[in-house]
Amino acid sequence: MESEQIDTAREDSPAKKKNMIKAEGVKVWYDDFMAIKGIDMKIRTNRVTAFIGPSGCGKSTFLRLFNRMNDYVEGFRMEGNIRIQGNNIYSEKINIEQLRKEVGMVFQKPNPFPKSVFENVAYGLRIQGIKDKQYLQDKVEASLKQVALWDEVKDGLNKSALALSGGQQQRLCIARTLAVEPEVILMDEPTSALDPISTSKIEELLYELKENYTIVIVTHNMQQASRVSDSTAFFYMGELVEYDKTKKIFTNPEKKQTENYITGRFG
Amino acid sequence: MDQVFKYWGIFCTLLGLVLLAIFIGSILVDGVKRIDWEFITNLPSRKAENSGIYTALMGSVWVLVLTTIFALPIGIGAAIYLEEFSRKGKLSSILEVNISNLAGVPSVIYGLLGLEIFVRVMQMGSSVLAGSFTLALLILPIVIVSTREAIKAVPQSIRDASYAMGATKWQTVSMQLLPASFGGIMTGVILALSRAVGETAPLIVIGALAYVPFAPSSPMDDFSVLPIQIFNWISRPQEGFELNAAAGIIILLSITFIMNGIAVYLRNKWQKKLK
Repeated sequence: MESEQIDTAREDSPAKKKNMIKAEGVKVWYDDFMAIKGIDMKIRTNRVTAFIGPSGCGKSTFLRLFNRMNDYVEGFRMEGNIRIQGNNIYSEKINIEQLRKEVGMVFQKPNPFPKSVFENVAYGLRIQGIKDKQYLQDKVEASLKQVALWDEVKDGLNKSALALSGGQQQRLCIARTLAVEPEVILMDEPTSALDPISTSKIEELLYELKENYTIVIVTHNMQQASRVSDSTAFFYMGELVEYDKTKKIFTNPEKKQTENYITGRFG
Repeated sequence: MDQVFKYWGIFCTLLGLVLLAIFIGSILVDGVKRIDWEFITNLPSRKAENSGIYTALMGSVWVLVLTTIFALPIGIGAAIYLEEFSRKGKLSSILEVNISNLAGVPSVIYGLLGLEIFVRVMQMGSSVLAGSFTLALLILPIVIVSTREAIKAVPQSIRDASYAMGATKWQTVSMQLLPASFGGIMTGVILALSRAVGETAPLIVIGALAYVPFAPSSPMDDFSVLPIQIFNWISRPQEGFELNAAAGIIILLSITFIMNGIAVYLRNKWQKKLK
């Protein structure tokens, strides 16, 4: 890991930075339990970064730091800094709602709202106060096209999203996230509840999305990590054991623990 | 032993239902022939056969509408606060237990409270307004508890999704949680109101009258309600009033059954929608 001076000022630059997310000395507790034991990490812009590791290793907790979803967990406490595009997202001044528009999230189980397909995708725009019908329609259509769902749902935009299949629901959730044009998309095991065909559709999607978005994906599926990601981070017991190019991690890992995990000897 | 318990169980189950059926049957026999349009639209009278239920019915409608207007926003507001905004801790658990306790306070106590606060201190007199405030207080705990249950039943994943999209707490409540729990909230509210429509004791305490010559035309008017009217008729010695009472009971029971029916319908429909 390269060393760099910690700067507290906002780093303004018109061009996108090489690293979208920087974590410095991050520690997390849930009451007395230490879930993250000091992690430094940089996540590259417009790449797919995979977090792997056995259950309870802290990878989901770490992911949820980036959009401050852990704030709702009782007993959550954190130390250290996380910067996204140079902004310290745990500073007092940060607007959490604004942060979450920049850093979208897709969950493990598809969780569409009990509303129509259209309203699901339009939700992020509506809460920003956008009322222009034409704009909403264009944006919904564009977002659904981005996830290759448009052709399947264009005749039923007003039907309940709960009537869609699991795979369609998950793509809808991705479309919902894309509609607000985030910089980063966090995915917490997005395909673990889906069948293989839906899974491969979402993996293909990731490949296209990384041109414009920085994607961080937590996965339990080793093949998935090796297929979709550019970099892979292996977490174990709240620590970042190894973090490198995916190819390196899966062919020639530095650490014994990493090798044991990816070859299925534990975890 | 199994057999013995089985028959004991059947007996227990049926006892209440059979008694209710006998009661309704005897009421129907007495009362149905007394119910006609005139009975519903006539003002009360000293003569049983001219007497109608109009003033009491209108009194009940007035009270019901005003009680809804007062109890609904306050009850739902409190429930939203307790469920989504308050920090879980000692204070909130004390609040919770006490609200549940309030639901069990005898209704006559609410009557005394209403008499002191609304009738005397706030000088509303024995008006529809005072009665409605009193009943609103009475059903508030029920509305709060059932609204909280309905909001709690909305899956956590909906909240996660909404917050992750950058919604504020209020946006999440107003655009996701309330629409998703609407059916459940309405079920609770209607059940609470159907209890309010049958309440007698607190209204007697605040001074609702057994005899009012006219139906209320403003919230400050004197009023009577169906159960008080029924009670009044039953206590009359003349035979004709017994039939009136039976007919009044049929109308009151119909109202509560219809309200409960709507509540059950909404609940079933809502449960289907959430799944």
